[in-house]
Amino acid sequence: MQLVLDPEQQELRSAVRKFLTDQSPSARVRSAMESDDGYDRELWRRMATELGLLGLAVPERYDGAGAGHVERAIVQEELGRSLAPSPFLGSAVLATDTLLALDDEAARAELLPRMVAGELIAAVAVAEGGGAWDRTGGATTASRSGDAWTLDGTKTAVVAGDVADVLLVLASTSDGPGWFRVDPSASGVTRTTLTTLDPTRRLAKVAFAKAPATALASADAAAVLDLVADLGAVALAAEQLGGLQRALEMAVDYAKVRVQFGRPVGSYQAVKHGLADVYSDWEQGLSALRHASWAADHARDELPLAAALVAAYVGPAYFRAGTLCVQYHGGIGYTWEHDAHLYYKRAKSTELLFGSPARNRARLADRLGV
Amino acid sequence: MSVPNGSPTELQEYRDGVRSWLKANAPASMPSAAELIPAAKAFQAALFDAGYAGITWPKDVGGQGLSAAYQQVYSDEAAAYELPTYPFIIGMGMCGPTVNDLGTGEQRTSYLPRLLRGEDIWCQLFSEPGAGSDVASLQTRAVLDGDAWVVNGQKVWTTNAQWADFGALLARTDPDRPKHSGLTMFILDMHAPGVTVRPLKDMSGRAPFNEVYFDDVRIPVDAVIGQVNAGWNAAVTMLGHERVSIGATRKPKTNPMEFASLVELARRHGVTGDPAQRERLAELYAHERVLELFNVRMRQETMAGNPPGARGSVAKLAGALLLRRAIDTAGQIAGSDTIAWEPGDARGAELALGINSAPASSIAGGTNEVQHNIIGERILGLPKEPQVDRDIPFRELKVGTQRG
Repeated sequence: MQLVLDPEQQELRSAVRKFLTDQSPSARVRSAMESDDGYDRELWRRMATELGLLGLAVPERYDGAGAGHVERAIVQEELGRSLAPSPFLGSAVLATDTLLALDDEAARAELLPRMVAGELIAAVAVAEGGGAWDRTGGATTASRSGDAWTLDGTKTAVVAGDVADVLLVLASTSDGPGWFRVDPSASGVTRTTLTTLDPTRRLAKVAFAKAPATALASADAAAVLDLVADLGAVALAAEQLGGLQRALEMAVDYAKVRVQFGRPVGSYQAVKHGLADVYSDWEQGLSALRHASWAADHARDELPLAAALVAAYVGPAYFRAGTLCVQYHGGIGYTWEHDAHLYYKRAKSTELLFGSPARNRARLADRLGV
Repeated sequence: MSVPNGSPTELQEYRDGVRSWLKANAPASMPSAAELIPAAKAFQAALFDAGYAGITWPKDVGGQGLSAAYQQVYSDEAAAYELPTYPFIIGMGMCGPTVNDLGTGEQRTSYLPRLLRGEDIWCQLFSEPGAGSDVASLQTRAVLDGDAWVVNGQKVWTTNAQWADFGALLARTDPDRPKHSGLTMFILDMHAPGVTVRPLKDMSGRAPFNEVYFDDVRIPVDAVIGQVNAGWNAAVTMLGHERVSIGATRKPKTNPMEFASLVELARRHGVTGDPAQRERLAELYAHERVLELFNVRMRQETMAGNPPGARGSVAKLAGALLLRRAIDTAGQIAGSDTIAWEPGDARGAELALGINSAPASSIAGGTNEVQHNIIGERILGLPKEPQVDRDIPFRELKVGTQRG
């Protein structure tokens, strides 16, 4: 296993960090999250065209960079640091991975190049109540009449679902679960932009009432979901570790300069030790992330356990860091003007996005054979 | 410096060699207490002859001059066995590397090959009754007398001193300087006249460590490690090796406080169907595995030219917290069977030993509080707490047991 970045990967990190530092400072994050679309369209365009970030883990035949999940995790770490609102997780991660895992070459060839170019946003609609990903397709059903399919049911917590041009939906059929492509502007599709705890990432509910759908070819729809969930967990953990690192830096910087009782607050052991714990979580979580993203590229048999591990470990660690970041900023930390609350909210929302921490631990226990 | 990193093929060949050698040469069972030292020395000598001693140590002192990747392969394979290497861990993990870093050419070539061949056992003589976390406030004195330093004082919590042939001794050589700048590190012959070792029982009832008394012990001047009065730098070097050594030590797979053993315990108690127990076990696995991956990453970073430095404290701290979590898990699984067992039941005794070891792992080798401070100050750059005694001559301080 390779747990350290090579010089090219380090260069990618520097380039993305510099780009996001320059192009998505706090003021831009805040204006984007309050905009009609909820994300920074200009930033998204430049991520696609100038930096080519949307297709890092996409093969070159679909206009991708043909790099891998280690590289994509680097981008996710940096997006997590900056909190830049974008449909990256929904389109460049979940939907891209779904298309690559399906057996539908026609859909891939049609959609992926446009997604990589940033011209088209796709989203994956699988979660139902509580955010759980049901391998059966859940209560959403697909019915066939001749060659035509229609969907009925409701999906929720759809990442980038509000702005998506294409929806990829898992539904149950009389023959088991199946994947479908739905045009969100078609009749019978109702999208609701949900009010979210985390203002930097919008989620949508999508209801289908006899909505027209196109079946997507796959030999094993449930296996596709499992793989997408694992790769998604790795990408999300990367985002969480980037955010954790930034929250730690903010708290450390403040603890060095904020003086109380005649000393910088960071010189008090109570504060110093809390920050050291956050650092220790970050170092260890980063090691687990490097292993999981390496496994995604080079050891797929190790991915299920590595992904379950990183999901179970990193989510709660980020929330602890977000909490301490607010705490150690004292009163300033819970004002709207300070960014600490944005990290706190992102930490909680990512901890619960794909279901509860208990579910993540149960999934890890399953994969350990306990 | 060129150190062979090992291609995947070379490492696999090396692994095959290690595996078949261990299979043929690992002792079938742990030796009895009375047999431990001869068995340990014989096994270490066999390791040396086979080329598996000092894998990353330089060739000029008898090491193999290979990269950490080779050490990793050996450690992975050795984790499947319970090997009688315990008496050598302080020599191999701490004293040897420090002599290699700071010792004279003669010290390196006269002591290190003997250590690798299993001829000498070492201990580390730092802690005193009045100087635990605040090591620099130690009071053992060394006074120059002609061609030798004369040592008087006492050390405590000295692991393996009962077997040791040599010790790395930290003593005060100039009490008129501030406490950190009047210390010197020596190589002490533990068989020298005036050295008395007394066993000290820990809370488990075993005596893994000792009190060591010095009564006019004479140490030749060429036994100074580094420079006179620069002992604090030497101590920091050794403590860095210590944290890495403690944090990165792979526990044998038979360790009763490891995830796999606790899953077995849960099976025996029929609780693996309980969602709360399953979650607890999953969480224990997560903490165990991320620490293991962190250690692998630190070794890979070392190979890439970025050694862990103070980040070794992360491993030390996380390892201590992991053991606390493990004993909590064991208790949740086994309930009162953790605290009472049939006479002679080794499983019950193992769980109790784990519980009695947890406090030690949070104190020995630098307390959790000290590790937190190291991470906070040296890695995160947070301000130090005010140090009132930093610039005052040691003689004028009221520290520990000194009443001045």
